[in-house]
Amino acid sequence: MEQVAASGGRRTTYDARGLAEPVAEVPHVSEIDGATAVFDAAKLTTRQINLELRSLIYEQGVTDVTVKNPGAKHSIGVGILQRCRITFEGSLGYFGVGLIDGPEVLITGRVGWSVCENMMSGVVRIEKNAGSLTGAALRGGDIVVRGSVGARTGIDQKGGTIIVGGDAGSMTAFMMQRGRQIILGDVGPGLGDSMYDGEIFVAGTVKSLGIDCVPGEWTDADTELIERKFRIYGLGSPPEFQKFVCGKVLYNYDNLEPSEKKLVIH
Amino acid sequence: MCGIAGVIHRDGSADVGSEMTSMLQSMKHRGPDSSGYALFGQPTDLIVIRFKLADANDPRDFDFKERLERHRMEIETRLSKIGASIDRVESETEYAYRATVRYDGDVKALADYLEDVPGCEVLSLGHSLEIVKDLGDAQEVSSLYGLAGFEGTHAIGHVRMATESDVDISGAHPYWAYPFSDVAVVHNGQLTNYFQWKRRLEFSGHRFQSECDSEIIAVYLAEKMAAGANLKEAMDESLEDLDGVFTYMAVTQDSLGVAKDEMAAKPLVLYESDELVAMASEEIAIRALIDHEIDTYDPYEGQVLVWSR
Repeated sequence: MEQVAASGGRRTTYDARGLAEPVAEVPHVSEIDGATAVFDAAKLTTRQINLELRSLIYEQGVTDVTVKNPGAKHSIGVGILQRCRITFEGSLGYFGVGLIDGPEVLITGRVGWSVCENMMSGVVRIEKNAGSLTGAALRGGDIVVRGSVGARTGIDQKGGTIIVGGDAGSMTAFMMQRGRQIILGDVGPGLGDSMYDGEIFVAGTVKSLGIDCVPGEWTDADTELIERKFRIYGLGSPPEFQKFVCGKVLYNYDNLEPSEKKLVIH
Repeated sequence: MCGIAGVIHRDGSADVGSEMTSMLQSMKHRGPDSSGYALFGQPTDLIVIRFKLADANDPRDFDFKERLERHRMEIETRLSKIGASIDRVESETEYAYRATVRYDGDVKALADYLEDVPGCEVLSLGHSLEIVKDLGDAQEVSSLYGLAGFEGTHAIGHVRMATESDVDISGAHPYWAYPFSDVAVVHNGQLTNYFQWKRRLEFSGHRFQSECDSEIIAVYLAEKMAAGANLKEAMDESLEDLDGVFTYMAVTQDSLGVAKDEMAAKPLVLYESDELVAMASEEIAIRALIDHEIDTYDPYEGQVLVWSR
């Protein structure tokens, strides 16, 4: 589907919708000092920023990158599968640092929708607010949002921990399957709707519970988890939380498919 | 998908034409089919009527130009007949026009009379509202209609990815709240009960120019406001009455409001400062206006926010 047009000597590619992005090459604009690097993203395109990041981390042995002025661009820092430290001085747009496995990320601004989508491991700290679908299909690692988050936080979450310093919107933990959410503020309607498993801790008020989301029994392990996370991320002393889990009346999750049962019996 | 944007200056005015262009252009990826503006200039005694007689992508038959010229003259004749004294009629394109008139009568009668001319659609009507919409991205529409330098107080805009109806000017946003002067709406989402509302509103005498679901929001609000509700009250009621997913913005001569559905299914990012309030489907559009680091937030489900000057 990709068309290529020549415009004044510079090759321009168009995607299926006719949107243009110059054929991107690694811009090599970073100031590198040993294993640390800094670059300014203000004048770079999405592809250039991501190529610069990948070049630094995968090819030049840099383990600590600071990106200045990301300017709320979309899809920045996705797919980094290596332990490293990345600091974004500013805000990210939609789909920030998705599909990552390992990095320790600090974002000093806010993020748009779907930050850390399908993240496998690592830590992402966001100093300000986050949009909807934060940590969608999260598999592992920690996401710490200091501000508030939008709707459907941790939709389809399959592991890891999401910590929210402010409020959360409607349908938080929708279809959650595993993992934990710790929300310090208030939560909108439909908390934990259609969840399968996992634990949700809320310090503020809950507008309403979703289908098959019920109050859970507090354990020592919960206290230990919350105290540990608060200590690690410097969140002060934990307030009192309510715990919510799946009522497990809507599904028979442990029942095997008939074909699988045969395998077990024989 | 579609993208929407809005900006209102708390006091004073600014080049809202250029501001809206840079906001919409940065969201071009959300909708490359058409772009539209609802701009509020300084109100005057005159009524500004933006109307079109054809579309950019209409087939150009041999009679095209002559027919448009005949229809334009018919519009001018009808304006005089209904008692509107014409100040001037201008045109940046061969099919869309801007007329300023002096008129004290019923605006519905005026709009209906003009729209009776074949091909005519009144895009906007009011003392300060001007709706400009056409095919192409914001940069193209802005240069075609010379919107850079449009001094005004507030504006909303829309980039459209057509899903429900045709790619033409009638299907493009913003929608004027016929027949309520100086009210317009942009919408991101889909309404599932718009057929019922369309029928109800048609029974009470309103007209619809497109098959687009969004058009009913403007007329719905206009009817509520004609019955005495203010913008906030009308928008609050719309959350109950409209089904589907939506984030929409509505503007009147002195205010700008935004509403989000109960599921918060469609995005909105909001920025407020002492000078202005800016909002858009994506933060990148707000960044196109403001060059320093800013704090923004996403309104929650079922919220209606209105700012007035």
